Amino acid sequence: MSSTPRICVLRAPGTNSDHETCYAFEQAGGKVDNVHVFELTESPERLQDYQILCIPGGFSYGDDIGAGVIFAGQIRRKMGDLLHAHLQRDTLTLGICNGFQVLLKSGILPNGTEDWTPGPEFEREATLTWNNNGKYTARWVKMVVDSPQNVFLKGIETIEMPLAHAEGKLCVANEDLLNSWKANRQIAVRYCDDSHSANDEVLSEEYNPNGSVANIAGLSDVSGRVLGLMPHPERFIKATHHPSWTRRPERGPGDGLKLFQNAVNYFA
Amino acid sequence: MFVQKSSAVMLWEIEITAQQPYVDREANRVVSESGGLGCSTITQVASARVFLVEGELDLAQVDSIRRLLTDPVTEQATIKRLDLESSTDSSESEQAQVNVLFKPGMTDNVAYSTRRELQERGLPVTDVATCRRYWFDASAENSEIQRTIAKTLANDAIERVIRGPLQLKTIAIGHDVPFELKTVKLAGLSDEELMTISRENLLSLSLVEMHTIQDYFAKLNRDPTDIELETVAQTWSEHCSHKTLAGRIRYTEGGQTRQFENMLKETIFAATVQIRKQLGENDWCVSVFKDNAGIVTFNDKYDACFKVETHNRPSALEPYGGANTGIGGVIRDCLGTGLGGRPVANTDVFCFAPPETPHSELPPGVLHPKTIARGVISGVRDYGNRMGIPTVNGAVYFDDRYIGNPLVFCGNVAVIPKGKSEKVVSPGEYIVAIGGRTGLDGIHGATFSSAVLTDKSEETSGGAVQIGNAITEKMVADVVLKARDRNLFSAITDCGAGGFSSAIGEMGEETGAEVWLDRAPLKYSGLSYMEIWISEAQERMVLSVPKEKWEEFEQVCASEGVEAVILGLFTDTKQLVLKYQDQLVGNVAMAFLHDGRPPIIRDATYTPKESTAVSLPEGIDLNQTLLKTLGAPNVCSKEWIIRQYDHEVQGGSVVKPLVGVKHDGPSDAAVVQPDFDSPKGLVISNGMNPHYGEIDPYWMAISAVDEAIRNCVAVGADPQKIAILDNFCWGNTDRPETLGALVRSALGCQQAALEFGTPFVSGKDSLHNEFTYEKDGETQVVSIPYSLLISALGQIDEIEHCVTMDLKSVENRVAIVGTTRNELGGSHFNLVENLSGGEVPIVDFAEARKIFAAIYTAHNQQLIRSCHDLSEGGLAVAAAEMAFAGELGLDLSLENIPYSSDLEDIALLFAESNSRFLIEVTPENVGQIETLFKEVPFAWLGEVTDSSEVSIRNASGDVLINQNIADLKSAWQKTLAWG
Repeated sequence: MSSTPRICVLRAPGTNSDHETCYAFEQAGGKVDNVHVFELTESPERLQDYQILCIPGGFSYGDDIGAGVIFAGQIRRKMGDLLHAHLQRDTLTLGICNGFQVLLKSGILPNGTEDWTPGPEFEREATLTWNNNGKYTARWVKMVVDSPQNVFLKGIETIEMPLAHAEGKLCVANEDLLNSWKANRQIAVRYCDDSHSANDEVLSEEYNPNGSVANIAGLSDVSGRVLGLMPHPERFIKATHHPSWTRRPERGPGDGLKLFQNAVNYFA
Repeated sequence: MFVQKSSAVMLWEIEITAQQPYVDREANRVVSESGGLGCSTITQVASARVFLVEGELDLAQVDSIRRLLTDPVTEQATIKRLDLESSTDSSESEQAQVNVLFKPGMTDNVAYSTRRELQERGLPVTDVATCRRYWFDASAENSEIQRTIAKTLANDAIERVIRGPLQLKTIAIGHDVPFELKTVKLAGLSDEELMTISRENLLSLSLVEMHTIQDYFAKLNRDPTDIELETVAQTWSEHCSHKTLAGRIRYTEGGQTRQFENMLKETIFAATVQIRKQLGENDWCVSVFKDNAGIVTFNDKYDACFKVETHNRPSALEPYGGANTGIGGVIRDCLGTGLGGRPVANTDVFCFAPPETPHSELPPGVLHPKTIARGVISGVRDYGNRMGIPTVNGAVYFDDRYIGNPLVFCGNVAVIPKGKSEKVVSPGEYIVAIGGRTGLDGIHGATFSSAVLTDKSEETSGGAVQIGNAITEKMVADVVLKARDRNLFSAITDCGAGGFSSAIGEMGEETGAEVWLDRAPLKYSGLSYMEIWISEAQERMVLSVPKEKWEEFEQVCASEGVEAVILGLFTDTKQLVLKYQDQLVGNVAMAFLHDGRPPIIRDATYTPKESTAVSLPEGIDLNQTLLKTLGAPNVCSKEWIIRQYDHEVQGGSVVKPLVGVKHDGPSDAAVVQPDFDSPKGLVISNGMNPHYGEIDPYWMAISAVDEAIRNCVAVGADPQKIAILDNFCWGNTDRPETLGALVRSALGCQQAALEFGTPFVSGKDSLHNEFTYEKDGETQVVSIPYSLLISALGQIDEIEHCVTMDLKSVENRVAIVGTTRNELGGSHFNLVENLSGGEVPIVDFAEARKIFAAIYTAHNQQLIRSCHDLSEGGLAVAAAEMAFAGELGLDLSLENIPYSSDLEDIALLFAESNSRFLIEVTPENVGQIETLFKEVPFAWLGEVTDSSEVSIRNASGDVLINQNIADLKSAWQKTLAWG
């Protein structure tokens, strides 16, 4: 296997975090293409060229019909079979913020590499909806990792990142789904308090700004090769990104870079 | 044979409501806000979002649409067919249901995206509209429902309200209108008749201007067409030509009269010219006062662009849309500068009336300041966040006199590759329009924003209000930058006020242009050639594309779904030729448009105010004064606003608007790193002091420049390389004393720029910010305070040298830099203690320059751990902010503080003297700092403690301030924590 993976950072009209996400993968040593969804839907077979697919943050299609809904529909309708093939191969898939919303609303999460099937419609039992405070909210959060199998999170126990979204509250249609996630260790990252403890009891807005069920900040699939999360690791790839960096001794790379390095190193 | 027309259109309604246990947030908002209006019977409200979908759809298709639009976990939906519904719906009490729809033709982004997606899915949908629906329970009184509708549910500038179930049969708009060329008879008209034409057509042209137009067409032996008259009015409007400030002014001050041929050119611009001359080979200005934004050098690869605009009038009528299109417009300014700048940061400054203003005291026709504030903030948020441009800096000022004229300043910083700062239009190139489609949006925005607002504005000017679509603009930005890097166009500008008329008129000024108006893509049919020409529909750019590049240019646009059309040709005729369906509708000389406006000569007078001493109260509790000052709306935390803005997108964030242990202390300036490969940062700050203007607009201007500079310097910017912008928002400058105050502040700007070596690189003004209304049979006039915003763009070579304002460690020493003077005039101390009088802060330029230089040197050597500028609330507020942001105590004594003459303790604590900083230094750097600062006023005041108290003693050792940092922080945070 090639030692330098090729990465497709897939953007749609309204995606706005593609540049810094490409930069993060480049800093991690990957070979990155910034690809417009129109290019990929025209020739979906191009997906075969890539080992990592990443859908970055933004407001795809304005999020006008619910966050990520239109982009998710495009993916299912126009590149479903090739995406299915991509997931079946030994590849990685990452969705950040709007990208997580797209992964969830297209069913790639939580089903993931094993259970996802293409097709125009499917039954969805989880959603990302409006924050409890009803507002777009930008702040830094602390998280604990809860998904040992996830490739992106390898070697990370706790991590800080900024989040910035209006629709980041994860909701499930039934408790069984939540329980299956726990059983399968699919709850990838949870918001936590200063003592890094988090359980199912929803934390205050300072720690869990959107009010996600069980403080869930991100989901993994069962295989650990797919990750979706609301906070932005690409906004913490330098120490100077941290809001308190002038108080801290750290300089150089930020902790968020580890996710991208883990992804690239998976193919080393 | 007669063909049966297909059956009547089907209009389907999909009504989406929250599913248990998820809360109905919109309903909760309505209950809470109507409670705030004093409505006691509005306790139970339900809401729905409704989609109206028109097209020949069967139930299965509509059901698939329902599934697309409804969240399966949190929502539920019902479907019904509206065009078949009988007019009486027994299941609904007519009183209870309220529907809010956009007025026909308003931008409805959700509907637009939905229609595109449904059509993309192959569904036979012709039109989509959205609607918000509310139900009030039976106990709600009708009068209170009415009040709730008017104040919280709908804004009738953009929306319509339908009580009871919808009885629409169709939502289609637009109809074909036959072409008809209209001329306006001017020949032989009397003065009165000319002015009637100006007024009735909302041309905002003066009698002298009407005469000039009359004469021009008399020489051509014909009357103007409607589009010609309108084009002249747009080009000559205050908004587009700044005819007052760039005009002749006779300025009288203290018996001396000075004649300006072009006031701005001879003051602010003259300072820039002189600074550039002094810099010689080291001149770092690239393009000033000639393009949409000012450009200065940045690093080896990029120059930096900066522009701040105002969007006041639209924001007064429809705050969300006004602010939305304001930020959208200034982003296009930078995108349309040179051959296209890449936006990297936004800055926003707002002026509102106090949010606690009682509804009963609102003049007629005015929205409540809190409604305006919420709308403006949401408008900036939704546009900036969607564009993916971090909003990193801002300020909010409150004053009663902004009641009818809130101010909305929107700014954008961009970077542009070196060598891309110049644009040249050549004859023979295509005039190309890209981006949004043209509709009736904002017709008469330019001329309207030059006229005084009245309480009738809401009725007569609704057409001037619009809503933006950030995603369209983001797509436009993406293709413009791509096409720029492939050299596919030779000039670009944005469509702002005046629409195509201003954009093409400006671009073709030196060449000439022929425009084919029927080529413009329309949102709906039914626009006349003139409406196409002056429409201010958003998100449009005009480019000059060489013929051989057109094919590739069009392909770049198509690859990202951006519409591009050829709208005409740049010519060498020096004429502006307008055609519609091959018929000539306008033909005016460019020279007449751009140079034909008769010069305006205005009088300006300034009478200095007698200075009065402020009589300080005895036995005042200074702890309470400090708490009140921290909680004053201009000083208090803006976290509620800041957290709604994405301030980190693009990954360039270095110093955020909120800093400190808990990320909630007020940063002096923001720093971003626009080029990841370079350690250099751009520093963004602002200065504004409307309260000083009442004492002396000259020192107000200088203080604003000093504040903007010291904010930049506090975080690490090089004081020798700061570019600034002026934005004058003023009352009615037809009054000599109002214009006189403006001239005097422009003279202050000139002086400050020269003394600091800080050039103005661009600017803008908004005049006539007055509101008139009738009260008790008398005309009341509310004129805004003199509002000069100075925005600063600084630079730092190494972002890791940035310093923030939060205290860092116990036992570090704290010093004050700069002289404290007896300057309480216009201060926040006066404001919170209800006092008046006192001296306005001045600047000792020689001292200030040395102070800024010393701070910069110390920052470069990393000798300072925290640094905060002293501004509103003076030393006491700055010390408190540093302490609670760092969660550390401070033990300070005023014994050695440098001051100009004997001062009372109150002045030492709260005077707002300029050019001052508090700095925190580790014990081992004390010696180096003392050496560095030996040439400037400097004194150690005390040290950082772990006591959680801010304690300040006077020279005699009496404790003046002793307050817990948690209480200080809480006072500072609670005022604007709106939830």
